Amino acid sequence: MAQLTVNQVRYQCNADETVLDALTRSGVAVPYSCRNGICQTCVMQSSSANVPITAQNGLKPTLQAQNYFMACVCYPTEDMTITLPDNADRLLSATVTAVRQLNDDIKCVGLDCPSLQNYHAGQFINLYQDNDNTRSYSLASVPTDPYLRLHVRRMPDGRVSNWIHNELKVGDRVQISAPVGACFYVPDTPQQPLLLIGTGSGLAPLMGIIRDALNHRHFGDIYLYHGSHDVTGLYLVNELCEMTVHYSNFHYVPCVSSTNIDNRYQAGRAMDVAFVAHPHLAGWRIFLCGNPNMVTSARKKAYLAGAKMNDIYADAYLINHKR
Amino acid sequence: MSANLYEKIGGDAAVNAAVDVFYRRVLSDERISDFFDDVDMEHQAAKQKAFLTMAFGGPVHYTGADMRKGHAHLVTRGLNDSHFDAVVENLVASLQALNVPAELIAEVGVVCETTRNDVLGK
Repeated sequence: MAQLTVNQVRYQCNADETVLDALTRSGVAVPYSCRNGICQTCVMQSSSANVPITAQNGLKPTLQAQNYFMACVCYPTEDMTITLPDNADRLLSATVTAVRQLNDDIKCVGLDCPSLQNYHAGQFINLYQDNDNTRSYSLASVPTDPYLRLHVRRMPDGRVSNWIHNELKVGDRVQISAPVGACFYVPDTPQQPLLLIGTGSGLAPLMGIIRDALNHRHFGDIYLYHGSHDVTGLYLVNELCEMTVHYSNFHYVPCVSSTNIDNRYQAGRAMDVAFVAHPHLAGWRIFLCGNPNMVTSARKKAYLAGAKMNDIYADAYLINHKR
Repeated sequence: MSANLYEKIGGDAAVNAAVDVFYRRVLSDERISDFFDDVDMEHQAAKQKAFLTMAFGGPVHYTGADMRKGHAHLVTRGLNDSHFDAVVENLVASLQALNVPAELIAEVGVVCETTRNDVLGK
């Protein structure tokens, strides 16, 4: 059992309890989201270097060196004195460089953020409308692009997405968080076949991941299945077709699940079409982005089809969380 | 017996190999897949790893009370002896697929059996 000191107040952290659980149980207001050591919303700082290494997984080395850690995955091994950081310190300023309609519901937003040098394509940022309203959006760009690119889908009654669609314009200044997330390409196995399945604006991180893989000279086959209810929900179709011409190992399969069928598209849900085409996935790396039900069920199917759990990367677009 | 069993079977590496096979099997077994079908697969796989480590006599120690508490919600959903047997059957088949010697598989079976009453809330 460890003792936690925050603002001179002491809290008990029980055995097998995380710092986040101990503090929230005691009524301390700590912002958090994923509870899995991914989103970094609950990052805080210890006054000494007594942080379990597993609570720093994925944090930047500079933050690790300053004893920052994620409370949701921190099981303290000794007493800790903790500072809850001021969020404003960690926000980055960006300028809107482009707002472009991709289809009826989705806009591409370009952002110039000079202080952001390094990120992984496929990670997400939190975009702040104001102090109280923030939403996560995946990065569709790669780090060598001049600007960050987001695909923002207009959600019915979505406060932030409607603000972006209705009001945001070129030249506006916005605040964003540093990119986080672990759904990205790692260039360690360039021969490995990749299967990417996305629905709706879940195409955004997949675009970044594919371009990142191709930039790293990935030579294994790369299959993208992008799904939508109807043809109007698909977007960047011409750009993706163009990419298949330039890269012989890249394969693009747009899928439409409603009955209206055009022979340029596969009939059915992207996930179903993909698993029929690729029933055996041992040795594959899988990326799943978009609708949470699709992500959950595709993750299970991919695993049962032989993919290792460590080779399945997923980003579920939770309503309220990403819009 | 326990420590020896865990070492003889191959320790943590063996557990990892077995979890991959075992969890895939139980998720595919219609008799029991519902009990294992968790939205958070990684979380569920971590639980299976803890279970297998225990079944192999490794350094995971659940008390009878832990087992009761951890499975009570499943008992209310109808978990019974037939499901318990099916899980053990899948575990045995997984270990056979990994060429674990029969006498060690028998020892694993004995460890599992000691948990039956607590798991089923008897």
